[in-house]
Amino acid sequence: MVKIDVENLYFRYPEASDYALRNISFRIVEGESVAILGENGAGKTTLAKNLNGLLKPTEGSVKIDGVDTRSLSVARIARKIGFVNHNPEHQFFSEKVEEEVRFGLRNFGFSEEAADKTIREILSVFGLEEYRGKNPFQLSGGEKKRLAIASIMAWRPEALIVDEPTIGMDYAQKLNIRRVLRSIVSEGRCVIVITHDVDFAASICERAIILSRGEVIGDGRLRDLLSDDRLVEKASLRKPFLIELEEETGLNGLEEDFDTISSILMEVFQKCRS
Amino acid sequence: MAAVELRKLCFRYAGSEKQALTDIDLTIEEGESVLITGPSGCGKSTLVRVLMGLIPHSYPGELEGEAYVFGMNVKNTPVSRIATRCGMVFQNPDNQLFTFSVEDDVAFGPENLALPPDEIGRRVDEALRLVGIEHLRHFSPNNLSGGEQQKAAIASILSMRPSLLIFDEPTSMLDPSSSASLIQRIFELKRSLDETGRSITVVIVEHRIDLLLKHLSRIIVVSEGRVILDGDPLRVLEESFRKRVPINIPPLLQIYFRVKDKCGLKTTPATVKELVSMLGGGASSNG
Repeated sequence: MVKIDVENLYFRYPEASDYALRNISFRIVEGESVAILGENGAGKTTLAKNLNGLLKPTEGSVKIDGVDTRSLSVARIARKIGFVNHNPEHQFFSEKVEEEVRFGLRNFGFSEEAADKTIREILSVFGLEEYRGKNPFQLSGGEKKRLAIASIMAWRPEALIVDEPTIGMDYAQKLNIRRVLRSIVSEGRCVIVITHDVDFAASICERAIILSRGEVIGDGRLRDLLSDDRLVEKASLRKPFLIELEEETGLNGLEEDFDTISSILMEVFQKCRS
Repeated sequence: MAAVELRKLCFRYAGSEKQALTDIDLTIEEGESVLITGPSGCGKSTLVRVLMGLIPHSYPGELEGEAYVFGMNVKNTPVSRIATRCGMVFQNPDNQLFTFSVEDDVAFGPENLALPPDEIGRRVDEALRLVGIEHLRHFSPNNLSGGEQQKAAIASILSMRPSLLIFDEPTSMLDPSSSASLIQRIFELKRSLDETGRSITVVIVEHRIDLLLKHLSRIIVVSEGRVILDGDPLRVLEESFRKRVPINIPPLLQIYFRVKDKCGLKTTPATVKELVSMLGGGASSNG
């Protein structure tokens, strides 16, 4: 199972005068669910691209299972670490939805039969079966997003990095994506979510790495970090709704299920009789 | 004159069997602040493309019914003319930015209106200031982060000083505090323009409703190409909740709608603190 080691990572884009990432060290191991949070331009996506070898460190190192990304091809890393771009259109190039999913499977040596089965399953999980033959570029924003995630998840990478998974998603789809990402974690694989949606992050991730201006300003339990008002403000974040509710009510362990939360609140506050 | 008037509007994209929009009847008056929301793929983006004249002029397909924007019939008005009154900020800023500096992108629209150079300069300054990216004016859009690109795209529309401002998921790439301040800025901009008599109509397509709610005069819910709910924001959200329309009802309201009757809540809480204190202290009569 996968292990990602980041050691004293510095990264600078070729023409830039400043480092986009500075002095970053952490380790992510199998079974972890990690949110990478931070303000616009903090370096979240740059960091993610360093984790999967799309970018190589300027100084320091990133190692996948002990091997430096500089000595691995992007394709070899991709088999282990899938990356879903925040802009699905940067990822698509097939003329049909099903071909988009098939592309990766074929590259990674799935038989046509196995690929067919996987495509059926994954399109159904993401509610895209009816668009099988459609051009990916003609899908709506939310549908494109789902296809982008589906086409990476299809080959079951050991770790999945998803950049802004909830953009353009309605409530039902968010729940759907949440369920999928959680199931990846429960299978012992690893999910890294880059997001501004703190409620979504809190509903999936145990751990958060918070970036600000290219540096890590927090790494630890998501709940602890996002309860810290000063850190939340410094990182231009917002306290997740459930953490706020827990703080205001003194309750804890609330899960994002509004029926249950409402019953608990009505029970706790005696003045509401049902 | 209404800002937008749609009568029995239907649209089907070329090559698609499904109608993207069906029998849309809609009037948006000047000065309104309207949210258009609905499940992903419901036709929201298609609807705003009609308001810009991009449908039928840039997207092939079959358009039936009538669509007027400030009295202009979109079917036979060139997009360039509609663009003098309507500005749209797209979902994906990549689709909007194409020059080598933010400043040039923001100046592009006014230059095409053949305005005098000092007026163009004023508008560029104003637009950059409104979205808070004066410091990025000489940057290439390619070197900006996703959120910064989005702000640049918005500035490039504001410099046209449109009467109808359409936003297609404007905060999708922004961090929570930038989202909150962008929404704040949009409506401050609206208020200040309204005060000078240059009334502006705002139409926003968004999934994230929490930040917008207090600014809206109206919410329109589109589902499978039809308008299924339309009216007062809170009432529409409560209806969506009862009918289980899968839109992103803010968590606070998710709870409020569930407990309000049982707990006899009379007013809508604006914060978690308020909700909790209403539940703990205020509610006693009904039960």
